[in-house]
Amino acid sequence: MLRGAATFVEDIPRPHAHHLAFVRSPVAAGRIAGIGTEDARAVPGVLAVVTAADLGHPSLTAVLERDEFVPTSMPLLAHDRVRYAGEPVVAVVAESRYVAEDAAERVWCDIEECDPVLSLADAASTPVHPEAPDGVLVDLQMFADDLLDESLARAPLVLEETFRSGRVTAAPMEARACLAEWRDRDEQLVLHCSTQVPHQVRTGVAQALGIAERQVRVVAPDVGGGFGLKCVVGREEVVAAAVAARWRVPVRWTEDRQENLTAAFHGHEQEYRVRAGFDAEGRFVGVDADIVCSVGAYSAYPFSCGVEPLMAATELPGVYKVGRYAARARGVATNKPPTAPYRGVSRPQIVLVMERLLDKAARRLGIDRVEIRRRNTIAPHEFPYTGPNGITYEPGSYLEALERCVREVTDAGWWERRAGGDGLRRGIGLVNFSERTAYGTATMGLRRMQMTPGFDVSHVRMDASGDVVVTSGTCGHGQGHETTFAQIVADRLGIRPERVKLRQGDTDLVSFGWGTWGSRSLVIGGGAAAVAARTLAGRLKAIAGELLEVGPGDIELADGYARVRGVPEARVAVEEIAATVHFRSHTLSRHHDQLLEARGAADPPGMFSNAAHAALVEVDPGTGDARVVDYLVVEDCGVVVNPTVVDGQVRGGVAQGIAAALYEELTYSPEGQPLAGTFMDYLVPTASEIPPVAVHHLQTPCELTETGAKGMGEGGTIGAPAAVLAALNDALRDCEADLDHIPVRPADILRVLTTGTRTEREDTA
Amino acid sequence: MKDQHLVTLTVNGREHELVLESRRTLADTLRQELGLTGTHLGCEHGICGACTVLLDGEPVRACLVFGVQADGREIRTVEGLADGDELNDLQQAFSRHHGLQCGFCTPGFLMLAEAYLAGGGSADPGEVREVVSANLCRCTGYQGIVEAVTEVAARRREQAAKAHD
Ligand code: FES
Ligand code: FES
Repeated sequence: MLRGAATFVEDIPRPHAHHLAFVRSPVAAGRIAGIGTEDARAVPGVLAVVTAADLGHPSLTAVLERDEFVPTSMPLLAHDRVRYAGEPVVAVVAESRYVAEDAAERVWCDIEECDPVLSLADAASTPVHPEAPDGVLVDLQMFADDLLDESLARAPLVLEETFRSGRVTAAPMEARACLAEWRDRDEQLVLHCSTQVPHQVRTGVAQALGIAERQVRVVAPDVGGGFGLKCVVGREEVVAAAVAARWRVPVRWTEDRQENLTAAFHGHEQEYRVRAGFDAEGRFVGVDADIVCSVGAYSAYPFSCGVEPLMAATELPGVYKVGRYAARARGVATNKPPTAPYRGVSRPQIVLVMERLLDKAARRLGIDRVEIRRRNTIAPHEFPYTGPNGITYEPGSYLEALERCVREVTDAGWWERRAGGDGLRRGIGLVNFSERTAYGTATMGLRRMQMTPGFDVSHVRMDASGDVVVTSGTCGHGQGHETTFAQIVADRLGIRPERVKLRQGDTDLVSFGWGTWGSRSLVIGGGAAAVAARTLAGRLKAIAGELLEVGPGDIELADGYARVRGVPEARVAVEEIAATVHFRSHTLSRHHDQLLEARGAADPPGMFSNAAHAALVEVDPGTGDARVVDYLVVEDCGVVVNPTVVDGQVRGGVAQGIAAALYEELTYSPEGQPLAGTFMDYLVPTASEIPPVAVHHLQTPCELTETGAKGMGEGGTIGAPAAVLAALNDALRDCEADLDHIPVRPADILRVLTTGTRTEREDTA
Repeated sequence: MKDQHLVTLTVNGREHELVLESRRTLADTLRQELGLTGTHLGCEHGICGACTVLLDGEPVRACLVFGVQADGREIRTVEGLADGDELNDLQQAFSRHHGLQCGFCTPGFLMLAEAYLAGGGSADPGEVREVVSANLCRCTGYQGIVEAVTEVAARRREQAAKAHD
């Protein structure tokens, strides 16, 4: 990585590979009346110009097995109708990317334009899919409670509020990319792909092309960031596979940044209408939420467009005891790109909603905002706590994290800084939340996806020299799995972590797996590796026992040796055991397995990490500019396997959360044209916008997992928007500010400062 | 008629003669003609800085420079930083401070920082933050990058002062 020797998809040398360029819909919605490809075919160096018809109209269909869900298909190439500006219609295959792009410009598409659907309000006017005439692809009514209305009617304080979050995208620095080739020798299509989920890509390709799974091998080499954008199957990747299979040439596709921002997967465009009742002491008596997610034009494969609505409705209450609870959550089809489970998945929004509700109630009731949280938070003696949403929460340090965060903020002198006095306004945001991680089969099964992820497997193999290879069905790309998995396995085998190598991301190497997303890998993949390593340790002990003439129970593995407990001189090196098993098995009794291999699986139910975040923001009243100047996290992800890795995940996550709160948004013109096509318009923050983030750890060991760890890959992104929004409202406290949306722009702040009243942003659409 | 030019590029101290189409970018030239794939492309719009290389010692966006513009000039890429197996001080500091996760942005940050350090850049974290804000990283939140560059700046200044004494 540091030497420039990493191998991302684009770095795999294939000098004679062909290149794909896509002709994309110029309009948001319309009927395709004709496509002209002759001129493009005539360009020297063009191998083929491919339409949906040429491929036999293949598609990808994600299904949720629920009556409230309307299945729709995503064609690999649009035919008949286009559903968003940027949708791929034609693929050009040429000898170089330059030629492919030149030729793509010569393709014409005759499209009869129609009015686009850009929000819930116009969803039923011209439905995106005829199968869903009201524009709603999924409509979930969850936890209906007959007594909720009555409780709210009697509550001393009822807030009726609307919260919104803008459409954003993961924007990994490496956009999507793939290299597809057909190998005659193996009768197999090999797809190198920048993905988080190689096995799901394999299934998607096999299903879409109607070939057997074994005929597809998917390899994820180094992956330059994913954040959820690469945990679904992209249609362009499948088209590349189809072209390679049909024309038997290696073919590359490299997404450019404009395509990545305007035509890949988005997320987080949501609106919450919430009624929340409180008693006079500020305790929740009930919450009723109506949630709408703009899921875009298609249901992304394999997890479907139900991901955001289901997550939001199920997990809204978070760390709080809300009394009674009901939620309706809808996924509405719009003429914008489809959504993928971008880091956080609805939890940045639900945390924002809950934290805003508490801050508002605190203000209305004259209660300190920390105190109101104390009164509502699930307390240590209440675990395991089962909420009105049917979830049972295992122990966490919810109150402790909050108190610690407040203490750290005070010790760091934030309250004095908040007082200001230099013309700038400053505010502090404090939020407390949980993050469900490592969803296993049991939890995922409740969602009723046709493809239910959850478990994962790992193999641990020791070779004749005592070195170990671990394979995992998870697929890391910057989360430090090489380090943490090696540590987990080495600890159990009593050897140095340098002797353990992780191999992942190749469907021919690993029998199956669900990849890396949803803060699952260390807990599930690492848990499976721990199980496998434990089995292998047992085998090493049995053999050592025989060699040292003691029972296996008397053997311990440490410092590279198997030694007799209490008699450290009686020992045999692990290398020696390995060599004996491989080369001198005749010296061993027959009942040992022949090789040093073990397989492990893990499938925990899903567990809650928790964290309290604090943000200090500075607002320039002249310009409305807001900056986060300090940030503090107290987090609890159970046993920390590697603090550096955890801190890195937290800090990177916080940066993405700050980005969503203040900078990034994919806006559209009234015609449905994307207005952000470069990093000049889609403002991924630089080092100047992201402050140093102090991270403090609490550790509540998790009894549900092999290592005591809980997942933690998304918490930073989940907490930061709420913390920043709270801090902004605090900085504008004397203006009665009531900012309830993200991103908050300078214009929003100026409006608060000049009108001194609550603001709600106008719809961009 | 083919629009092709014969150019000479010196990359990491080695001279290469190449025939290039005039629209071929320096980034594509390095990656495709010379196989130096450490220079990455994150936007091709000149914004993200993943493609940063040094052209006669100055950091440039290799996606915005044409290969033919580099004719007769010295180019330094990430592949030229380490001395054989030995990572240079900056690369080591990135690793120690967890200045990378996925690693895609890393070559660009290393070259950007290398230019800053070569110019005697100060070890003030505020100034370092400003300098590295020329490039984008989506994974790290920048903290490790700022710490690594700050540390190396301090160390190189110390060394320079000693050498001066
Ligand atoms: S690729 Fe050159 S600046 Fe982004
Ligand atoms: S380390 Fe992934 S973009 Fe910087």
